[in-house]
Amino acid sequence: MSTKTLAAPAGLRHARIHGLGGYRPERVVTNEEVIQFIDSSDEWIRQRSGIATRHVAAAEETVIDMAEAAAREAIAHAGVAPEQIGAVLIATVTHPFQTPAAAPELAHRLQIPNPAAFDLSAACAGYCYGISLANDMVRAGTVDYVLVVGVEKLSDFTDKYDRGTAFIFGDGAGAAVVGVSDYPGIGPTLWGSLGDQRDVITQRESWTELREEMESTGREQAVAWPSFVMQGQSVFRWAVYSMAPVAVEAVHAAGITADDLDAFVPHQANMRITDAMIKALKLPEHVPVARDIAETGNTSAASIPLAMSRMLAEGEAPHGGLALQIGFGAGLVYAAQVVVMP
Amino acid sequence: MALSEQEILSGLAEIVNEETGLEPEEVQMDKSFTEDLDIDSLSMMTIVVNAEDKFGVRIPDDEVKNLTHVKDAVTYISNHQG
Repeated sequence: MSTKTLAAPAGLRHARIHGLGGYRPERVVTNEEVIQFIDSSDEWIRQRSGIATRHVAAAEETVIDMAEAAAREAIAHAGVAPEQIGAVLIATVTHPFQTPAAAPELAHRLQIPNPAAFDLSAACAGYCYGISLANDMVRAGTVDYVLVVGVEKLSDFTDKYDRGTAFIFGDGAGAAVVGVSDYPGIGPTLWGSLGDQRDVITQRESWTELREEMESTGREQAVAWPSFVMQGQSVFRWAVYSMAPVAVEAVHAAGITADDLDAFVPHQANMRITDAMIKALKLPEHVPVARDIAETGNTSAASIPLAMSRMLAEGEAPHGGLALQIGFGAGLVYAAQVVVMP
Repeated sequence: MALSEQEILSGLAEIVNEETGLEPEEVQMDKSFTEDLDIDSLSMMTIVVNAEDKFGVRIPDDEVKNLTHVKDAVTYISNHQG
């Protein structure tokens, strides 16, 4: 037996977000367009969700195309060279290939030489999961910089005739470059999952069930596309009343108080969820709250970096300020952390 | 000691008032939450959670759809209070 000791990186380092980027597809879809297919109204949608418009990708525009646009902006903002990036991580549930993952192709397009590259399936919590993993990878010394992208083309998986979801989802991408830092820029992540609640938000049928249906009805018969379905009331209750304590705990774990926050950036699920969370959190009034959902809709894994980018661009939140971000969604899964905004 | 249905009704009316601004007097046993009081599904969930806290009962998600009228909620709470 060998008695040699393995080489290992030295002690833990600090990590922070060095740059952010966002991409919203060009086409803006109004509530008027959405209600052509559901029994609803502009007023009803705004009242239930706070959504006025959402962006929808062109038919030929892919998850990787959108990820690339957001990633280029984040890399430029971070001021790092592609060669410095050691890992590429894409959080998505709408890349329409079981394999290969989207991350390797994105890395190739960005000319990042030979990074570790993989996708992460944690729905609307995916970006915060990614930030947590990137933080750990950088802190442990595995890599110096990680590109984390949250991207969704939800229009491919939304049933335009489903009154409960047709108006909610949008397409887009958000990206962050996480890297080594002189100071701690990402607080401890509070995360978890509730697998017994798997049916609350889900793809209606699995791919294999679809195959069975196709084979039993004959290949000529059209099968129903397995869109995402959601039990809105259950999600609302969970998001508001179970996630508020998680958010509080993330602030506590970061060693700060809610008064110290410069921004609250919850997953842009529904404006009503955000409003109820603020109330449940007893968030101080001076803390600006992300409300990108009004124009961008719910873009799942992309919503937090998109919303934070907007707050920074519009001067609503300060560069270098502290933001509480929390993602929650299908799984059910969730993750929250306080970060220093780049 | 268990609360009377009248006490539950008045407590529920306060919760509805806080969520929607509706006058507590408008919250009467025969009223439908959606048709008469114009309470949507998300507001209903907030009312349910606040009612759970106030009355110490558990109202599962699956049960909420059965609570169409104020009297349904009052009866449920009355039957399940600890």
